[in-house]
Amino acid sequence: MFLSIDTAVIVEKLALVVVVVVASLVIAMYSTYAERKVAAILQDRVGPNRAGPFGILQPLADGLKLFFKEEIIPNFSNKFLFILGPSLAMLTAMMTGAVIPWGDKIHILGRDFSLQIADINIGILYVFGVVSLGVYGIMIGSWASNNKFSLMGGLRAASQIISYELAMGISLIALLMVTGSMSLKTMVVEQQAHWYSWNIVKQPLGFLIFLICAFAECNRTPFDLAEAESELVGGYHTEYSSMKLGFYLFAEYINMFISSTIMICLFFGGYDIPFVNDAALALKTGTNWMALIHLVVLLIKVVCFLFFFMWVRWTIPRFRYDQLMNLGWKILIPLALFNMLVTGAIILLQQNHWHF
Amino acid sequence: MQALTNRVQQVERKKLTFMESLYLPAVIKGMFITFSHIFKKTPTISYPEKTRPFSPVFRGLHVLNRDEEGRENCTACGLCAVACPAEAITMEAAERKVGEEGLYREEKYAARYEINMLRCIFCGLCEEACPKDAIYLSETFAPANFQRKGFIYGKPDLLIPNPVTEPEAYAKAKGGRVSGNKY
Repeated sequence: MFLSIDTAVIVEKLALVVVVVVASLVIAMYSTYAERKVAAILQDRVGPNRAGPFGILQPLADGLKLFFKEEIIPNFSNKFLFILGPSLAMLTAMMTGAVIPWGDKIHILGRDFSLQIADINIGILYVFGVVSLGVYGIMIGSWASNNKFSLMGGLRAASQIISYELAMGISLIALLMVTGSMSLKTMVVEQQAHWYSWNIVKQPLGFLIFLICAFAECNRTPFDLAEAESELVGGYHTEYSSMKLGFYLFAEYINMFISSTIMICLFFGGYDIPFVNDAALALKTGTNWMALIHLVVLLIKVVCFLFFFMWVRWTIPRFRYDQLMNLGWKILIPLALFNMLVTGAIILLQQNHWHF
Repeated sequence: MQALTNRVQQVERKKLTFMESLYLPAVIKGMFITFSHIFKKTPTISYPEKTRPFSPVFRGLHVLNRDEEGRENCTACGLCAVACPAEAITMEAAERKVGEEGLYREEKYAARYEINMLRCIFCGLCEEACPKDAIYLSETFAPANFQRKGFIYGKPDLLIPNPVTEPEAYAKAKGGRVSGNKY
């Protein structure tokens, strides 16, 4: 062996990867259940409550149903691309989870394990790049379906995603000017100081723009034109059945979960407990318990965000395609630019001791 | 274009005010309304455990009646079959033998009485036509079945339980119904 490979690091990272992937899948599964329950509660109904107590086993029933269905691959479609589409969607959805700081660190067997799979110094840019790759999953899926309606649906979805990426990127620039670092871990650590060091206080307009763009990126109502059942016969996943369809739907929920986590890390302090001095608490309770508390706080915030996603879904009707494009290009981009300019001006003024 | 009547109302096409064109205030107002629905009561009835109450005149499944001593009222006169608009009722009459006075009220009784639930439209005309208060429509509805022949209800499915031998089942099947005329 010419290289000395640190097998301990590989094993540690692999274990962390497996845990994050499994957790994302489980959370996505239960967010389908939560979606139905929240939808029911907001519509004066009772959601699924027959499969297991309070319907807890409903996602298992749904998953099994999807497994047992017949896998139909249309005759004249490109078979490799047909299978590649949902796989790409799922892959990019999972890949973004690699840079999220789930907690600080845990101390086991005399070693410190950081709860972040990859603490790269271009964290948020990596996330952005992977989200841009997510367009491929939809486009390839719609092309390989050999169906002009799927193609139209896929075109609309792809153009929607790339339109809203611009506004997202520009609002991120403003945020980066405030934080000074692209690494998500640094951003979370910086926000732990006071309650007013949460980036939502420093960048409220940026958060609003980022939120709207996150809705559009996840293909979520009011921007779910591409996959609505009444539009274009179901859009880009018309021809999919069984587990490939399951992958597309699942990838959407995982995207939702990861988008919520990223928004929390960027704007709401990540795993920071609000109004509590985290450093002092860490000294009192010890590293491992602190990591657990941090993880639980992050998950609570994620649950609130997921509820918000679902709340918006069941309140607002969906946008028409031209209204959507109008919003993305003519309203959000100027707003994001304005935000960036104002942020830049305020930072320069601050550095210049408030003189002009 | 000329309006056809004088009740025409012109559509207002005002431009959106600034606050309206932001969409966000309206969205947030809508979201509060949706949120308030979390705290409202759901009108859902969890079906097999609880059932919705029916009115006493609900026209459901047919029941062949008996009198207080347990004798069948039906004399196979055929008025219900003639009255039925869907021709769902068929019957065969038989003569009451010497030892069967406790089973049937009069000398003629229905040996075979069948209602095809797939044809029946639950109109209640058979109940109105019957002179012996022998058939009435009760408060249940026809359950599902896998085959057509399961829907042809014969006398064992339609007869009310005997009040002499099974009084509770008889009372339950009678429900809240008030008896009609008996000759």
